Amino acid sequence: MANKLIVSLSPHVHNGDSVQRNMYGVMIALIPALLVSFYMFGLGAVIVSLTSVASCLFFEWAITKFILKRERTTIADGSAALTGLLLAFNLPSNLPLWIIVIGALVSIGIGKMTFGGLGCNPFNPALVGRVFLLISFPVQMTSWPVTGQLLSYTDAETGATPLALMKQAIHGDTEALGKLPDTLDLFLGNNPGCLGEVSALALLIGLFYMLWKKIISWHIPVSILVTVFVFSGLMHWVDPDTYASPLVHLCTGGLMLGAIFMATDYVTSPMSHKGMILYGVCIGFLTVVIRLFGAYPEGMSFAILIMNAFTPLINAYCKPKRFGEVKK
Amino acid sequence: MKTFRIGGVHPAENKLSAGKAIGILPVPERAVFPLSQHIGAPAIPVVEKGDRVKVGTKIAEAGGFVSACVYSSVSGVVNKIDNIIDASGYSKPAIFIDVEGDEWEESIDRSSSLIKTCDFSSEEIVKKIKDAGIVGMGGACFPTHVKLSPPPGCAAECILINAVECEPYLTADHRLMLEKGDEVLVGVTLLMKAVKVKKAYIGIESNKPDAIRLLQEKAASYEGIEVVPLKVKYPQGGEKQLIDAIIGRRVPPPPAIPINVGAVVQNVGTAFAVYEAVQKNKPLFERVVTVTGKSVLKPSNFLVRMGTPMKQLVDAAGGLPEDAAKIIAGGPMMGKALANLDVPVCKGSSGLLVMTKAEARRSEPQPCIRCAKCVTVCPMGLEPFLLATCSAHGYWERVEHEMIMSCIECGSCQFTCPSHRPILDYIRLGKGKVSGIIRARNTKK
Repeated sequence: MANKLIVSLSPHVHNGDSVQRNMYGVMIALIPALLVSFYMFGLGAVIVSLTSVASCLFFEWAITKFILKRERTTIADGSAALTGLLLAFNLPSNLPLWIIVIGALVSIGIGKMTFGGLGCNPFNPALVGRVFLLISFPVQMTSWPVTGQLLSYTDAETGATPLALMKQAIHGDTEALGKLPDTLDLFLGNNPGCLGEVSALALLIGLFYMLWKKIISWHIPVSILVTVFVFSGLMHWVDPDTYASPLVHLCTGGLMLGAIFMATDYVTSPMSHKGMILYGVCIGFLTVVIRLFGAYPEGMSFAILIMNAFTPLINAYCKPKRFGEVKK
Repeated sequence: MKTFRIGGVHPAENKLSAGKAIGILPVPERAVFPLSQHIGAPAIPVVEKGDRVKVGTKIAEAGGFVSACVYSSVSGVVNKIDNIIDASGYSKPAIFIDVEGDEWEESIDRSSSLIKTCDFSSEEIVKKIKDAGIVGMGGACFPTHVKLSPPPGCAAECILINAVECEPYLTADHRLMLEKGDEVLVGVTLLMKAVKVKKAYIGIESNKPDAIRLLQEKAASYEGIEVVPLKVKYPQGGEKQLIDAIIGRRVPPPPAIPINVGAVVQNVGTAFAVYEAVQKNKPLFERVVTVTGKSVLKPSNFLVRMGTPMKQLVDAAGGLPEDAAKIIAGGPMMGKALANLDVPVCKGSSGLLVMTKAEARRSEPQPCIRCAKCVTVCPMGLEPFLLATCSAHGYWERVEHEMIMSCIECGSCQFTCPSHRPILDYIRLGKGKVSGIIRARNTKK
């Protein structure tokens, strides 16, 4: 026989899935929310998202090449671009360029590459970047432009977010809840906020796309949303003047973005379905606790990062149900 | 429609040869019979160099209870007993026979008439099956008489016939059902009689509607046989998955076996071989083999004498394609890649798949992104990513604790892995090590 045969172990076929396909799949799922942010915040949203993606790609390339000195850079796998996009989604649209670049450096440099790159990071890199910025630049990170200023960037007029109003109500301002935008507006995205988080509808479209393409499973997003709904609903039922309705909770702040795109990050979430549900329930619970009783108006990022730290523990104790195993 | 409940994948079916009737392959010039065509002790040769044999002459005796005898599929002269590389890639002893003419043992009934009645007792049937050298024809090659002899304390409740053929490309069982439906059903009744049960289920995936319809019609005239259509999902042909799919019982983790839940699983090809052995006095020396592949000129199903070199099968299907890069004995999910085409057809050879260079390329592995897809598809509820990583690092105690021995090596994890990691390669390494450790522990006791 002239040509030699390849000998390898089974399986000899593959379903064609790849890391890239999943990363770009998530990005496609983010497109509706991105378009809404362009529509609501105009130029600012475009500048922030482009800067964030470009600087994340740059830092990933530079770190693999000059610090880790690997032969091949990994920017083509899409994970750095995705981190950049998700970081941008968690920033206000009037954030100055230099702050965005710092956020990207922290996300990729500290959040991801310090641990060895893709697959090794214990915390969601985009959230590491966001929380770093939130703590370091509290003023810039918490002044959100009002929607509809299509041509302004850092000069945009800012306004109070629904979450800030909800926090005022908890602190005793009895009229604050009355100033909340209509729930339909909140659902569609017509309210101040970080650029990717405003439209619950667009994010839900992304969720359905990812479920359809089997990029993620339903366990994490559904358990977070249900927990938040039940817990905040209970509080609202006890004291409707102080605590906003559960629907408002679901449609405001980073809840949808966090539940659908940040908490479902492959690397930092549990591996078994049981573990995913436990993880989701804890995130939902912590988010509402921080929102209602904590110092910050928003708790999603902190809740996810806290639960990221518990992921190895959840993995160690929540094993999938083994075939044929009988409970002792 | 029924199916198993944990995990599973949907590889492209590619049943190219489903419409091709079973052709008869000519007798080879030289046939080679490995002594280990089954799980268990190798057979012991009962012929010597220079002996003359006929078609159906016993040439090797079973080497123990878990073993099977080997029969010649050709008539001729024993040339030598020497080593040959078989489908597993290991060099193993085999009997080489130079073919002269085609003379059959007179005891074999070569007529095509269907014999339905059988007066043998259970013990006699099992003995016939044992004497005929029958092993599981699905590929695992476990001696059939062992499965039909339940250990003390266990009783069979039903027979499950595996006619799922969940491996992509393969159509040998499908054609066998279409062309030898009655023989298969009689074989099933013999198996029922052998283990003294009143009920048999034949599990067929819904991608073979013609076989389901035909067997359902025919089964109406056999008592206790029910054809169960199953939803297409790999690895439904796995013994434990099939039991779960059809009767909804789950076999506990090893060392438990199907009989512990009252089930005996046999392949449809085995049922046919049982028919021939018991009713026609014909030992196992022929089987249906699918020869297929996207670049193969004429994908076909052949009735092949065992011992025939694989090369002859490829030639009969239009020759080896120019772009052939990998040749697999069996299906693409669990088959074994061959190093050359001199490997003979054995009792477990269900197919021969030729893959092109593009199909055979394995992508470069990327880091594990912990997407949990391997966990979701694992039909045994294991964590393949963990088993692979721990095996790679040599944490044998840990992998044993994580139930690595439950792995059925179906390959669903590696098939699904977006990072193209060689998960199953590492799990096999771990399984090998752990089974060695378990054996050492048991002998110490």
